[in-house]
Amino acid sequence: MKSHFELTIQPRKGWQPIDFKEVYLYRELLAFLVWRDIKIRYRQTVLGGLWALLQPLIAMFIFTFIFHRLAGMESDGAPYPLFAFSGVAAWTFFSASVSQSSNSLISNQQLVSKVYFPRFFIPLGAIGAFLMDLVLSLLMLGVLMIYYRWPLTWNILELPLFILGAFFASAGAGLILSALNVSYRDVKYAVPFLLQMGIFATPVIYPMRYLPAKWQVAAGLNPMAGVVVGFRHALLGSPASWPLMGLSLLVSLLLFVAGLLVFRRMETVFADVI
Amino acid sequence: MAPMIEVRNLTKEYRIGQQQHHSETLREMILRMAKAPLNAFNGKAAAETFHHFRALNDVSFDVGEGEVIGIVGTNGAGKSTLLKILARITDPTSGSVKIRGRMASLLEVGTGFHPELTGRENIYLNGATLGMRRAEISANFDEIVSFAEVEQFIDTPVKRYSSGMYVRLAFAVAAHLNPEILVVDEVLAVGDMAFQRKCLGKMKEVSHGGRTVLFVSHNMAAVENLCQRGIVLKKGEKVFDGSSKDAVQYYLNNAAGNVGQSEHVIDLDLATNRKSPLGKLLQKVELFTDDDRPLHEGLPIGARLKIKLHFDLPRPTESFNIGIGFNNIFGQRVFTAHSCFEPDRSLESKSGRQVFVCDIPSLTLVPGAYSTFLWLDISNAKADSIEEAIRITVIESDFYGTGKVPWNGTFVLPHRWHLERADVDSPKLIERA
Repeated sequence: MKSHFELTIQPRKGWQPIDFKEVYLYRELLAFLVWRDIKIRYRQTVLGGLWALLQPLIAMFIFTFIFHRLAGMESDGAPYPLFAFSGVAAWTFFSASVSQSSNSLISNQQLVSKVYFPRFFIPLGAIGAFLMDLVLSLLMLGVLMIYYRWPLTWNILELPLFILGAFFASAGAGLILSALNVSYRDVKYAVPFLLQMGIFATPVIYPMRYLPAKWQVAAGLNPMAGVVVGFRHALLGSPASWPLMGLSLLVSLLLFVAGLLVFRRMETVFADVI
Repeated sequence: MAPMIEVRNLTKEYRIGQQQHHSETLREMILRMAKAPLNAFNGKAAAETFHHFRALNDVSFDVGEGEVIGIVGTNGAGKSTLLKILARITDPTSGSVKIRGRMASLLEVGTGFHPELTGRENIYLNGATLGMRRAEISANFDEIVSFAEVEQFIDTPVKRYSSGMYVRLAFAVAAHLNPEILVVDEVLAVGDMAFQRKCLGKMKEVSHGGRTVLFVSHNMAAVENLCQRGIVLKKGEKVFDGSSKDAVQYYLNNAAGNVGQSEHVIDLDLATNRKSPLGKLLQKVELFTDDDRPLHEGLPIGARLKIKLHFDLPRPTESFNIGIGFNNIFGQRVFTAHSCFEPDRSLESKSGRQVFVCDIPSLTLVPGAYSTFLWLDISNAKADSIEEAIRITVIESDFYGTGKVPWNGTFVLPHRWHLERADVDSPKLIERA
């Protein structure tokens, strides 16, 4: 009855490949970690899951009032509230995911120092829970679109691609930042600030056409720029810019792969320094 | 058959400087990196500033299938480091471990427990964390809940649990792990006495089930009772590998920390709390245990205590006696040994240096520290007496052969229990009463 599991423990140095067999073996745990984060997120709150909707909704009202009404900013076709809400939904997912996952190793110290499983489950699990929030806020957008009588187009079929892009971008950043955070707690202070600034570097409140022509494609180096434009294209039928969106998706993918590799390389010392 | 665990030349080095590295801020890192080329230019290697510490030094051993091994050692001997490497939490610096079989490691109970989640949710989460399948947890769910005795509170968040309930639930999940190889840290040192005994029982069940178990503990009685084999670590090195009984003995004699005095010879000249109407006659004491081995450390429950007393008699006399009173930490006299109780005492007249030996074949006091009052009577009057002359520490050991340490009361006595058929007349007895 002896199983044929065999494992060799020895010093690891340098870059480590991803052990897909192991990931498969532990797949249930990843699901449990996501489930745990969803469960505890709004425990002991009165509004519960409504918070996932209230945040982008309130942001939409404020942005519409300040940037649209007061500053006279225009959208790229759709009514400005829809335009703002779709951008905020994508951005909120990214910023919440990055800030949560970059602190995930620290807040799960006990797991890191007491039990073994693929370490990158921790930052990824933190992001998984926000995917649910994203879905909820997209449903809210649907309600708003009905209210504004704005039609849905077949472009919606492209949405999974951009959600994947948003996931890759936040996971890539989250993996690198969480690994750095183990040794350098500066990350904890830098991330909220960078995310606050990031919303202005991304076309959340303004349309792409406001940018000078020479930046129209280069802006795609910011992975979330193409993702936000892509979200609006898929959901609201806004004009697409495939060079920009393509570049962003590529950057997201590269960021994700780089994140995994950097994380795997650094994880060997986590338990010793955390 | 190939061993289940093969540990080869395992070494783990920590850089003491790494602790600094840990709290290093980004600014310091940038500064350090900026200086690095300069240091290299000056021929100074950055590593030179680090102090190396070997937590584990070239340790090798094999564990066969179904073997239950206890790892003992003082704090800092490398036990935890060894466990952490086996559990894959940290990498060794050099050497390797081969593990053949499904392994689960338990460095702590309740890893991954979340206070906001209910007992039920935590069972699933904790089970998954320890490597259990969802189906496996579901199959064992009822058993886990009843073992933990938390049936009524299973849907209450664990933050509302008493600490006892929390620990019981955590252990219950762990106890239902079903791997081929189990690596366990001192998780037994939790909960109340009653639950500890229950856990020990469960551990025994596990270890008798043909499972390969590696057990790290400070509880010598548990190690002696649960394990067949014992390994003693000292300062990161393996210093003993043999039967668990011998390992415990070795540990007590050599590796244990500051339990009682480390010197088996006590010079009474240095004693302070002393009354000597006829001068300082008591000279020194030597302590021995079974097989006349010098007693350096604690004495296991029920072990032999041999006290050799050196003293002077100023004038020839046949009327002299030695008394040794054992006081517990509350200052209460628990036992007095006196040479006047010796039936075969020779009553020759003696003078000059004498050596009197008091042999207690089995000192059956409960674990704890004892101080002794030592005195010399000449012609029925106290000639010399010393308070707290010797300190004896009786340490936890498996006196009853059950792995359970007697802790209550003053002394231990061999005793047996058996169930007899209930008397058929007893109901009538109650009626009459």
